[in-house]
Amino acid sequence: MADLTTDFLGIKSPNPFWLASAPPTDKAYNVERAFKAGWGGVVWKTLGEAGPPIVNVNGPRYGAIWGADRRLLGLNNIELITDRPLEVNLREIKQVKRDWPDRAMIVSIMVPCEEQAWKAILPLVEETGADGIELNFGCPHGMSERGMGSAVGQVPEYIEMVARWCKQNTRMPVIVKLTPNITDIRYPARAAMKGGADAVSLINTISSITSVNLDSFSPEPSIDGKGSHGGYCGPAVKPIALNMVAEIARDPETRGLPISGIGGVTTWRDAAEFLALGAGTVQVCTAAMTYGFKIVQEMISGLSQYLDEKEMTLAELTGRAVPNVTDWQYLNLNYVTKARIDQDACIKCGRCYAACEDTSHQAIWMKPGRVFEVNDAECVACNLCVDVCPVEDCITMERLAPGSVDPRTGRVVEAEYGNWTTHPNNPAAKAAE
Amino acid sequence: MAADIYSPGVVAGRLDAETIAANFADLHPPYDGHEAAVAADRCYFCHDAPCITACPTGIDIPLFIRQIATGAPEAAAKTILSSNILGGMCARVCPTETLCEEACVREAAEGKPVEIGRLQRHATDTLMAAGIHPFERAASTGKRIAVVGAGPAGLACAHRLAMKGHDVDLYDARPKGGGLNEYGIAAYKTVGGFAQAELDWLLKIGGISVHYGAALGRDISLDALRDSHDAVFLGIGLGGVNALRVEGAVTEGVMDAVDFIAALRQSGDKTDIPVGRQVVVIGGGMTAVDAAVQAKLLGAEQVTIAYRRDRAAMSASRYEQDLAASKGVRLMFNAQPEALHGNGAVEGVEFALTQSVDGQLRLTGETRVVPADMVLRAIGQSLDGTPEGIALAGGKIAVTGAGRTSVAGVWAGGDCAAGGDDLTVTAVAEGRDAAEDIHASLLG
Ligand SMILES: Cc1cc2nc3c(=O)[nH]c(=O)nc-3n(C[C@H](O)[C@H](O)[C@H](O)COP(=O)(O)OP(=O)(O)OC[C@H]3O[C@@H](n4cnc5c(N)ncnc54)[C@H](O)[C@@H]3O)c2cc1C
Ligand SMILES: Cc1cc2nc3c(=O)[nH]c(=O)nc-3n(C[C@H](O)[C@H](O)[C@H](O)COP(=O)(O)O)c2cc1C
Ligand code: SF4
Ligand code: SF4
Ligand code: SF4
Repeated sequence: MADLTTDFLGIKSPNPFWLASAPPTDKAYNVERAFKAGWGGVVWKTLGEAGPPIVNVNGPRYGAIWGADRRLLGLNNIELITDRPLEVNLREIKQVKRDWPDRAMIVSIMVPCEEQAWKAILPLVEETGADGIELNFGCPHGMSERGMGSAVGQVPEYIEMVARWCKQNTRMPVIVKLTPNITDIRYPARAAMKGGADAVSLINTISSITSVNLDSFSPEPSIDGKGSHGGYCGPAVKPIALNMVAEIARDPETRGLPISGIGGVTTWRDAAEFLALGAGTVQVCTAAMTYGFKIVQEMISGLSQYLDEKEMTLAELTGRAVPNVTDWQYLNLNYVTKARIDQDACIKCGRCYAACEDTSHQAIWMKPGRVFEVNDAECVACNLCVDVCPVEDCITMERLAPGSVDPRTGRVVEAEYGNWTTHPNNPAAKAAE
Repeated sequence: MAADIYSPGVVAGRLDAETIAANFADLHPPYDGHEAAVAADRCYFCHDAPCITACPTGIDIPLFIRQIATGAPEAAAKTILSSNILGGMCARVCPTETLCEEACVREAAEGKPVEIGRLQRHATDTLMAAGIHPFERAASTGKRIAVVGAGPAGLACAHRLAMKGHDVDLYDARPKGGGLNEYGIAAYKTVGGFAQAELDWLLKIGGISVHYGAALGRDISLDALRDSHDAVFLGIGLGGVNALRVEGAVTEGVMDAVDFIAALRQSGDKTDIPVGRQVVVIGGGMTAVDAAVQAKLLGAEQVTIAYRRDRAAMSASRYEQDLAASKGVRLMFNAQPEALHGNGAVEGVEFALTQSVDGQLRLTGETRVVPADMVLRAIGQSLDGTPEGIALAGGKIAVTGAGRTSVAGVWAGGDCAAGGDDLTVTAVAEGRDAAEDIHASLLG
C-alpha cells in the first residue's frame, strides 16, 4: 500500500481526498462520519457573518442531468452558504478538530467585501484550531447578487485585496477558491498569489440551467413556477476544471502555487488526473452527495494500487503531466496515426461508419457482412470513431512508422519532430534551425 | 465395440473424450474485460447494501464492483478475499440466485440482478492469475492450533489463524485437501483444477503445515490434539450418507451420489466413469441435481430426479432445477421410493405417489415404476465418526457463539456444525469466525 499521506501548505492529512465545502461538510454529524469512512480532510461548509442566519429556498434546490441508466452526470444547485448560526458551526468545528487531530480541517468563509467583516470573523475561526481557511469567491448564485461569492471572484483586484486582508489578519494558511465563471482563470489566480494567498482551489460551480419544464415553462429546479440559474458540478464539469487547473499550473506567473483540485472527482482516476496536472489535494462534493461517504474507500485503494504499480510516490505524481500540457502550435505535426479496428472486438453496430461517413472524412468502408474497415487514404486520424464506438479499445490509433508513406498525403512520414511554427504553410514560420 | 448412449447397463465411455470435455466446460465462462465493465456499471453502490447482508461472509459487494468499474480488479479481489478467502471458489459455486443476487435491488427493479458472482470471479481470477497473495502474517504469537478437515471451513479457519500469527497444523483424512471443493462440487462449476490451484494459493500465506492422510479417530485423537495444541478446530464435514430404506435387496447399479461425483471429479477425461443408460437419482438437493446433470453429460440416455415432495419444497433452487431440465434431465415430483426392482442388478424403482396436504405428505395410493439400470442415492449426508465426548444437536456438533463446542478449547464449523446452510460460503464464514474467536480467546 503506497503512502498517501499528504502535506499541503504544512497541513497534514492521511490522504489527499478532502470533502469540498458543501452540504457534506455542513455539520459535525456529517464530518465525523466522513472521517470515520476515511476522508483525509474537509473544507467546512462556507460560514458567513454573525447575525441572523442565511435563509434558503424551501422548495427544490437541485437540478440534474443524467446519462444512460439514470447515472447522475451533472448536478446544479441554488443553495446558499451555511444557514446554521455561526456560533454553532464554530463550536462544532472546534470539537471535531479536537477529536480528529490527524485530519485536515479547513474553514470556508464568505463575508462582505469590507476589511472589518474579515477582521471580525478571522479570530473566531482561528480560535477553533482549524488548519486553514478557504475564501469562497465562487458561488455563482444568490450570494453574488449581494456582492459576495463570484461577484468578488470575477474581479481580480478584489481577490487580491481580500486575500491580503486575510493574510494580514491571521496566521492560518489562506486558500482562495476560484470561480470558473470568468474568461481566463489565470488572472484571478495571479491576483490571489499577489495578495499573498498560500494556495488556490478550483473550481467552484458553473452558472447553469439544467433543464426547462415543457409544461410549466419554468427552469428546473422550479420554485413556484420560477427558476434561477444555479451552480453546476459533478462528472460533467471535470474537463473544464482539469483545464483550469492545468492553466494555473503551467502559467509562468503562478507556477509552483499550490492547488487543491475540485470538480467532478468521482473515482481514484479522476483524482489522479487532477494530481498529475498539478493539484496537491483534491476536493469532492457531488460524488459524495450521489453515493455517500463510502466512495472514498475506492479512491484510497485505487490510488495506492496505481502508485504501487507505477512505483511512484504521491509527491512524484503531483504535477507529472504539467510539462506535457502545451500550446497547439508546439504539437508534433509529424506524428501521423490511423484508426485501426479490431475485427474480433467489433460488434458491427456501424456507429463509427455513420460518424465518419456523415460528419468526418468518409474514411470507413462498410463491406459486405457488416465488416467495417478504415481506409488509410482518407483517415485524418480525428479520433471520432474511437470516441463513438461502444466497445472500449475496439478502435485504436496506431502511429505510422517514420519512413513509411501516408497514403492520404502521399508523403513520407518524417521521424523528426516538426510543429506549426516551422511549417512551410505558416506565413509566420521561422526557418528551422 | 465402443459403448454409446444406447448401450445397456452401467458402462464407461458412452461419449468420446472430446464430447465429454465440451459437455463439462465452464458453466459460466469468465467475463472478458468489456463484459465485466458493462456488468459492473449496473451496480448502484447502494447504501447498507442488501446484497452484503445476503452474503454469509458479508463481502463488501458495492465496493468491489466499484473497484472493478474503476479498473482496479486486483483491489476488488482484495476486498472480496479479506472477507472470504475462498472468494474464487464461491464465485463459481455459490447459489447466488438465492443469496446476493436475489437480494440485489436490480432484481426488484428489472428482474435482472447485477451479476455479482461473475464479477467476483473476474476480480479473483485476475489477482490469482497475477500470482499475488495479498495478505501477510502478523508477528508470531507462538501459539499452535490444530485444524481438522481441509475443506472450506478448515481452510478459512487455518488461513485466518495463520494471518493472525499463529502456527497451524492442518489435518485431513483424504490424500488431497479442499474437501468437497475437490471431491464434491460439480465439475462444470470448477474447471481446470481450480480447487487445487486455489488451495496452493491460499497456503502461500505461510505458517500452515499440512498433514494429509491423517484421520481423526484413526491416526490422531482429539485428546492428543488438545494436549499438543493451544486450540482445535473441527471442520470435518459430513462424511456419512443417509440410508435409503426401501424393499428389495438389489445392490448392483445402486450407489451414493457423492461417491459417483467424487470418482468423476478425480477422473482425468472422465471416459473411465461408468454410467447407466437409464439413471434415477433419488433426492431433492444440490447433490441430486449435480449427480443427475453429470450423469446426463457423461452420456446417459435418460436421467430422472425423483423427489418425494413438490417442486416448491425442493432444496435445489429453481435455477438449479432449470439447469437440470435444460440438460435434458426429467424432474419427477411427489414420488417416494418404495422398492428397488431387479434380480441382482437393479432394473427399476417403484415409487408411491404423494400429495402435500396442509404441509403433510400423504400417499395417494398410486404407484409408478421407473425403469433404471443405475440408481444414485442423494438423500442427504450425515456426520460420521464424531469425536469422543462432544455434544451433538440435531445430528451435528452443537455449537454456541462462533463455533464453540461443548469441549473447552475445541471449535467446530462448516457442514459438521449445527446451524447455517450446508454451503461452501457458509463453511467459509464459520471457519473464519471461529478463527477470530480462537484468536481472541488465546490472546484475550
Ligand atoms: C455433491 C455436492 C455438491 C455441492 N455443490 C455445492 C455448490 O454448488 N455450492 C455450494 O455452496 N455448496 C455446495 N455443496 C455443499 C458444500 O460443498 C459444503 O457445504 C462445503 O464443502 C462444506 O465445507 P466443510 O469444510 O464444512 O466440509 P467438507 O467440504 O466436507 O470438508 C471436510 C473435510 O474434512 C475431512 N475429514 C472428514 N472427516 C475427517 C476425519 N475424521 N479426520 C480428518 N479429516 C476428516 C474430509 O476429508 C474433508 O476434506 C455441495 C455438496 C455436495 C456434496
Ligand atoms: C449543494 C452544493 C452546495 C455548495 N455549497 C458551497 C459552499 O457553500 N461553498 C463553496 O465554496 N462551494 C460550495 N459548493 C461547491 C463545491 O464545493 C464544489 O466546488 C463543486 O461542487 C464542484 O465539485 P464536485 O464536482 O465534486 O461537486 C457547493 C456545491 C453544491 C453541490
Ligand atoms: S433528499 Fe431528503 S431532504 Fe432532500 S428532498 Fe429528499 S427526503 Fe427531502
Ligand atoms: S463503432 Fe466499434 S463496434 Fe461499432 S462497427 Fe464500428 S468498430 Fe465495430
Ligand atoms: S444490491 Fe445490487 S445494485 Fe445494490 S449494491 Fe448490491 S449489487 Fe449493487
